[in-house]
Amino acid sequence: MSEMSVTLDIRLKRANKVYHEGEVLAGVILLVCKEAMQHHGISLSMEGLVNLQLSSKSVGVFEAFYNSVKPIQLISSNIEVAKAGKIPGGKTEIPFEFPLNTKGNKVLYETYHGVFVNIQYTLRCDMKRSLLAKDLSRNCEFIVHCQPQKAKVVPTPVKFTITPDTLQNTRERSLLPKFLVRGHLDATNCVISQPLTGEVVVENSDVPIKSIELQLVRVETCGCAEGYARDATEIQNIQIAEGDVCHGLPIPIYMVFPRLFTCPTLETTNFKVEFEVNVVLVLHDDHLITENFPLKLCRI
Amino acid sequence: MHSQYQRSRGRNYEAELQRCRPEAALVEFGDYHPLKSIMVTDTKTRRGARKGSTSSSSSSSSSAPLDPLSSMLDGTDPLSMFAAASATETPAMSHSKEKEEEVVGPDFESWSLKRGEILARFTTTEKLSIVSRRDKLFCYSKLKDPGSSAVSEKVRTRLEELDDLEEGSQRELLNLSQQDYANRIEELNQSLKEAWASDQKVKALKIVIQCSKLLSDTSVIQFYPSKFVLITDILDTFGRLVYDRIWTMCSDPRPLPDSFTVDDVNDTAKETCLNWFFKIASIRELLPRLYVEAAILKCNCFLNKCGIQETLPRLTAMIRGIGDPLVAAYTRAYLCRVGMEVAPHLKDSLNRNFFDLLGSFRQISSESVQNQLVLQRVEVPEYLTLYSPAISWILQCIAYRAPEPLLTEMMERCKKLGNNALLLNSVMRAFRPEFVAGRATDFIGMIKDCDEAGFPKHLLFGSLGRSVACADPPESERLTILNEAWKVVTKVRSPQDYINCAEIWVEFTCRHFSKREVNTVLADIIKHMTPDRAFEDAYPQLQSVIRKILTYFHDFSVLFSMERFLPFLDMFQKDSVRVEVCRSIMEVFIKHQVEPTRDPVILNAMLHICKTMHDSVNALTVEDEKRSLALLIIGFIRMVCFGRDFEQQLSFCVEARATFCNLESVMVQLIHTVNQLAMETSRVMRGSHSRKTAAFVRACAAYSFITIPSLSSIFSRLSLYLLSGQVALANQCLSQADAFLKAAVSLLPEVPRSISVEGKLRASESFLLDFINNFLATLLVVPDHPEHGVLYLVRGLLNMIQDYTWEDNSDAKVRVYVSALPLLAAMSQETYLYSIPKVDSNETLYGGDPKFLLEINKLSETLIGQVLDHLKGLGRDEATRRQGALAFSLFGVLLAHGDLRNNKLSQLAVNLWNLSHKHGYCETRVSVSSQPISQKIRKPDMFSLTFTK
Repeated sequence: MSEMSVTLDIRLKRANKVYHEGEVLAGVILLVCKEAMQHHGISLSMEGLVNLQLSSKSVGVFEAFYNSVKPIQLISSNIEVAKAGKIPGGKTEIPFEFPLNTKGNKVLYETYHGVFVNIQYTLRCDMKRSLLAKDLSRNCEFIVHCQPQKAKVVPTPVKFTITPDTLQNTRERSLLPKFLVRGHLDATNCVISQPLTGEVVVENSDVPIKSIELQLVRVETCGCAEGYARDATEIQNIQIAEGDVCHGLPIPIYMVFPRLFTCPTLETTNFKVEFEVNVVLVLHDDHLITENFPLKLCRI
Repeated sequence: MHSQYQRSRGRNYEAELQRCRPEAALVEFGDYHPLKSIMVTDTKTRRGARKGSTSSSSSSSSSAPLDPLSSMLDGTDPLSMFAAASATETPAMSHSKEKEEEVVGPDFESWSLKRGEILARFTTTEKLSIVSRRDKLFCYSKLKDPGSSAVSEKVRTRLEELDDLEEGSQRELLNLSQQDYANRIEELNQSLKEAWASDQKVKALKIVIQCSKLLSDTSVIQFYPSKFVLITDILDTFGRLVYDRIWTMCSDPRPLPDSFTVDDVNDTAKETCLNWFFKIASIRELLPRLYVEAAILKCNCFLNKCGIQETLPRLTAMIRGIGDPLVAAYTRAYLCRVGMEVAPHLKDSLNRNFFDLLGSFRQISSESVQNQLVLQRVEVPEYLTLYSPAISWILQCIAYRAPEPLLTEMMERCKKLGNNALLLNSVMRAFRPEFVAGRATDFIGMIKDCDEAGFPKHLLFGSLGRSVACADPPESERLTILNEAWKVVTKVRSPQDYINCAEIWVEFTCRHFSKREVNTVLADIIKHMTPDRAFEDAYPQLQSVIRKILTYFHDFSVLFSMERFLPFLDMFQKDSVRVEVCRSIMEVFIKHQVEPTRDPVILNAMLHICKTMHDSVNALTVEDEKRSLALLIIGFIRMVCFGRDFEQQLSFCVEARATFCNLESVMVQLIHTVNQLAMETSRVMRGSHSRKTAAFVRACAAYSFITIPSLSSIFSRLSLYLLSGQVALANQCLSQADAFLKAAVSLLPEVPRSISVEGKLRASESFLLDFINNFLATLLVVPDHPEHGVLYLVRGLLNMIQDYTWEDNSDAKVRVYVSALPLLAAMSQETYLYSIPKVDSNETLYGGDPKFLLEINKLSETLIGQVLDHLKGLGRDEATRRQGALAFSLFGVLLAHGDLRNNKLSQLAVNLWNLSHKHGYCETRVSVSSQPISQKIRKPDMFSLTFTK
């Protein structure tokens, strides 16, 4: 039963597990067992997939192009690490390398964990064993960052003013309390590794402010020429003001783009990943006022 | 030669003295001398100089036990060593301590001090609650694990709920008392540590977030400052844990140097650190996000060089998003605190925080705050004081070693805000006292300009008073300052507010003004505190007033000439407090009154104070308390001196005796004082009393004679009788001396067999023997009373000893007989060993009268007979060891004092020698040294040749 005590692990060389197209993904397979152990071969596979999922509300409508939601493979590679044999007791490290090169005109999109779109890269190590012992396998996700954008990002500040008059889709504008909120975003074309910044000033408000929030939204589109499904969901909601803030005093807008859950804005033939930010004003009487800003994220 | 009756050896004391006087030998410097080890002075250096090349360590170690006390004061006493040890022990949070110390020195009032103050000051009896809402703490939580992305939404939420449940079993805790609340917070602190220790980092973070969320809850607002303290403790713990964790990740293979740079940090550590920051950046609510990021501010130094420098201003700006002004002020205080700890050189953020605070100051009077106060029934002045710790702390950080112009600028900014009282108060408390004192007149102006509403002015004057009490305002302004301040202070209605403020200003008054002003202040305090017995609630403050006065006034004639000083003391009507106050006055008196005094003002006042202390003694007073009170009173009595006016001194003692009759040791002191007085009189009269002084010394004797019986300790009485007898004798008061000694003799039967010494019951025998020996020595010079028989007192004493009930199996009685023999021998000399000037002893009275000598011999024989009988008895009782010792001591006495040419006597001596050695119990060391003599006895001729004239 000593075979039970074997552990299998994949260790990447880079602590942050971040790699780019064209680089070499390197690491070791780590085997730890008390005694020498028989196996029927160890293999390692690397794969990059885009998983698309239709939201429940659109499934009915778009059943026709069901096929288009099968996963898209971006990269795939398989190597035999060790032929059937014996590994000695103790710690064994088996180094490996995968060059991250794509075939044809395929591009390695940046890792992204979304709701309807998931772009994920994994390493999978399998160890085959005799009939009596279960096969062992280990998954390890690594992160791909896309190549830095070549074009220079010139930040273009966006000013905004929110008053009852600027609001759309409100039925009874006259019932709204009076308020004037001004502000600006330093840029809407953002570098993903840098925070979203800006300022918001409550110039005046008849009703006390309850909260001011920044809502980061992903807009995921799946589909093709025949039709598509577009869904906006919240990634995170960051409060930047709580309670009846001082009027006339600029309050900073500051939000770090979360890793994995954001990626540079992506547009392909099969799917799109876009981002927006809402500046949300909650008044004390629970009126909710939202100002929407589409963002363009990029990596430099 | 003497008559045939003479059994005692004739003595020539003068010649014996010459023979016995040891040769004066100078002790060479390096020689051994038993007292040398306690000679301090400068031996160390001198010795070192002489020894030259010898190692200094050996010479200093040999002189190490110089003086145990001075070596304690070397700065290495155990207490300061502990302090030093604990200072270096401060946890790993301070890895880069050295860098900080350049900027923050020990003169920076530490948070730990402030912390305790806040907890003690902001308390509540209202019920508190801890409500943790079930909100998602993070914007994303479970998505991160790629494996679980397949799990359906429903399952995921359920998992999260389970997770939440286990981390805090109760979501809502209502009706907590303040103590419950603190305990609950401490529990959270513990579970934080446990979670961390069991590697549940996310759970730890959740606890910290839940805690910081509590800080946005301002219900029971008067408790908020204390709540802040309790919760920031947890944040501190968390910050330390995270920092230490990352630090240890870098310490493989060897620990990070104290002054490490980003390049020394490995990738794994950096990635972990970065993860923390990403996790914290996604905390949904503003306040926890701010607090938690501030808590791990220091970790920025693992990531990049200017991380802290960039983060501080950003967090400072983010605080603007906090609507509640109190919550915001405390968040600023926390940020400043962390900033001061981590990067004290970054002053800009501190200033920025203060300016932002000023910028949002109008929030304090906003509608939402007002509504809240109405709801919680809290008055504006009380609400405003809640800000003090936070604002003071921020200002303290700013003002620390700040250049003068910055402080001036800050002051100007406050002025621009319409002299806001709350700010002004904090400025005065936080800025250097020297700065405030130098501008005291300006400050008074600003205080006057403040609007009355809101912050009470007496608090402002209190803060100003604190500054001018420890730093001096310009001399020309001092009187105006005092007048202006007191004008306001005296108008304060509430006695509690009044005394809090007045107490502070007493120090300034004492420091710079004369007794006249202090007296006025005291009068004012009496006026305010007397109605409705308001003083009863202000004892600590009133005591502090006394303490301050005593710090500055050491001249008690000045102190007691303040008319209102004693009336002020009358306000201390609670016994324990009054005694404590008197005691503190006495302690200062004893310490600072160097010259003896006869100043009637001092004497009256001190008598009054001492009487108060004395009168507090009752049946329940413990022995220690009595002793310490008595010591203080004795200290006073010793300081009273009427110079040559002896009668006055005596009548003082008479008065003191009446006043302090319950404290026995004071009585004893008084008797000593009076005896001393008699001796002093004798000294002044050079031993010959005039009729008047003779009457006076008799009066002294009478004083002692009637005071001694009132003492309860029998040995005190005995020794005082003896001492007073000696004094009386020295003053030629023969009948008084006689009376004292007789009283002592007649007291002897009352001596109990055991007495209590320091709380333990001990046999009195050894004390009694000591006393009797002492007494016998005095009897030599006491002349016989003309109306009583020869050796009246000696006989009396011996009779008492005969009748005394000694311990069973004790040789004490016989030992007394043995020690009486030398006295009798001395009495039979032609010239006595000592005598008292102007008093004729028996030597002169009887002039060697054979009848007198016969009497002595008879008595001696009786005594020796008694001893021999006793020795026989011991032989029968098989108490041979005692027999030997006793025989030897009698042998010693005979050898020293007997005339051994008398055959009978020398035979007796030889027999005793043999007896003492018969059972081999005699101490060889002693006997050997006397052996040659015993051999000489056998050859009486030789012996007499050597020893007689």
